Amino acid sequence: MFSQPDRARFLPLAQLHALVAQLMQLGYQCLGPAAENGAIVMRELDAPDGLPRGLQAEQAPGRYRLTRDPLNRYFAWANGPQAIKPQAFAAKESLWRVERDDAGALQFAAVLPVAPAQAIVGVRACDLAALALQDAHFLAAGRRDAHYAQRREQLFLVAVQCAEPGATCFCASTGDGPTPTAGYDLALAELAEGFVAVAGSDKGNAVLDALSLSPATPQQIEAARQQGQVAAAAQTRSLPGRNLREALMSRLEHPRWDEVAARCLACGNCTAVCPTCFCHAEADEPALDGRSSRHERVWDSCFGEGHGYLHGFNVRSGIRSRYRQWLTHKLATWHDQFGRSGCVGCGRCIAWCPVGIDLTEEVVALTASEVQP
Amino acid sequence: MNAPHALDTGPPHAATVVARTQESPTIFTLKLRLDDAAAQAAYRFAPGQFNMLYLYGVGEVPISIMSDPEERDGIGHTIRAVGRVTRGLAALKPGDRVGLRGPFGRGWPLQEMGGCDVVLVTGGLGCAPAVSVIHYVLRRRERFGKLVIIQGVKHSEDLIWREQYDRWAKLPDTQVLVAADEGGALWPWHVGRVTELFDLTRFNPARAVAMMCGPEGMMRVTAEHLLARSLPESQLFLSMERNMQCAVGRCGHCQLGGAFVCRDGPVFNWGEVKALLAHRGF
Repeated sequence: MFSQPDRARFLPLAQLHALVAQLMQLGYQCLGPAAENGAIVMRELDAPDGLPRGLQAEQAPGRYRLTRDPLNRYFAWANGPQAIKPQAFAAKESLWRVERDDAGALQFAAVLPVAPAQAIVGVRACDLAALALQDAHFLAAGRRDAHYAQRREQLFLVAVQCAEPGATCFCASTGDGPTPTAGYDLALAELAEGFVAVAGSDKGNAVLDALSLSPATPQQIEAARQQGQVAAAAQTRSLPGRNLREALMSRLEHPRWDEVAARCLACGNCTAVCPTCFCHAEADEPALDGRSSRHERVWDSCFGEGHGYLHGFNVRSGIRSRYRQWLTHKLATWHDQFGRSGCVGCGRCIAWCPVGIDLTEEVVALTASEVQP
Repeated sequence: MNAPHALDTGPPHAATVVARTQESPTIFTLKLRLDDAAAQAAYRFAPGQFNMLYLYGVGEVPISIMSDPEERDGIGHTIRAVGRVTRGLAALKPGDRVGLRGPFGRGWPLQEMGGCDVVLVTGGLGCAPAVSVIHYVLRRRERFGKLVIIQGVKHSEDLIWREQYDRWAKLPDTQVLVAADEGGALWPWHVGRVTELFDLTRFNPARAVAMMCGPEGMMRVTAEHLLARSLPESQLFLSMERNMQCAVGRCGHCQLGGAFVCRDGPVFNWGEVKALLAHRGF
């Protein structure tokens, strides 16, 4: 976000509500952070000054606790369990419906979502990287998913540089953060007196123009840049490389898979919070009167019993093969499909794992040693 | 490889059951016709491709297309009644309605088979994705060398299309070998593993293409045998099976390494999948 410093502007702290007001005036439903059930989630802001201050969360393997930021900043929190993914790839939605008349004839019709124009304030660099991967999957040339596209096109993304990464974060090692570099309409970096603001799209530029902001000073830009570097350096976790394809695919019978399978509950939390996981199940929901049925798609997990089900047997009947499927897809075969790893270093799978399995630790255990006989 | 010719990825097209045949106690064949006459007339598929069949109010299943690709008045699917959707499909009668999306996936490499001996090794209901290849070859008999059809079943009563196997066995340059792990009364074929039949086959491995469809263990042993007989790996193909819900490479269930079986397969060259087939549960 600092590649064109002459275009960076400065949004005083007291003017943050003006940015939200401007987005609301443009017709966007604005989502921002809110503390709910002990976690930071994205919820609709009911007023321009509705962004909460001082929210923070302490994260560790299998642990997430809300805390207070002593500096009372707006964006001192690292990511909560969800951010953009559900806004573009809905957790549940209808794909089509069918009606049956008295003679038994079937009439099918597509069901497309009515997606509101939505602005999400507080999007992190890891989530922008994850969204780019979801785009690559759902919007590939010739295979465009109409449902995803409909929602995705309505999004206006206000990214925020991460100043305080969680203990589970490792976006610096995957190359996806903590400073946003692409994929946003607006990007902010929070300093004590206000925000360095940069537009990443024409839409974003128009919003900044309407706010009549002064340019950011070189000192402010430098402070924001350094803040990103400090946040990257503060991350304690990392992956041992950005392309682990060969390292993992040559260790498919490594004893560590059995070891992690003994701890893994196959609950699917990691896949539910992962911003790049795209698996979904399709199922029918017939109406009670028997005259129609809706064909739904719902987020699914490769840890579930049904994911590998095949007429009478399960391709991946045990947890060992399911954990191996998840990790090798995410870090190895994702390269075949999308030209990069499927991990953006957000660390959610570590924090939200009920038994605290840490994928960075598993990868090190799997790849540090030679394959056992 | 054959280019896919998908109708679209939207809702299914309404179709009507025009014929139902009980092939064995649990296996049946539905011939379907799209209700939109123009869509039916325009429907084309490549042997080895599959359709998603929708049972009203229950859901969809991927079923390979077994009919002759030249046939214009219906689309054939041979199905085993084993789950929620297929048990419901088994109860359908001519005149009943279903939904159909397809065809999907990459079929058998028929264009590149010209002049070759054709070897088909199938197990159980794996014969269904291969039978349209047999129709294809028999219609263009002069373009191909020997035709070797090998089919294995668990129990002799599981063998479907017995009359067809008898008929094919009488054709020139055609060898039909059938095996049942357990043979019943009056079983005229081999009793034992299908792989025990390989030594009886007569074809030229240097100018042959082999296609396999059946349990993965059977395909692995078959591949070992054929490659040991110097069949080039580039000439060995198989049809893979995985859970499929969207059929367009989106829902993620059918992934085999980096491949989406529904879109990049179900037919693969042996070299594309052999490394992963060596690992159980992939």
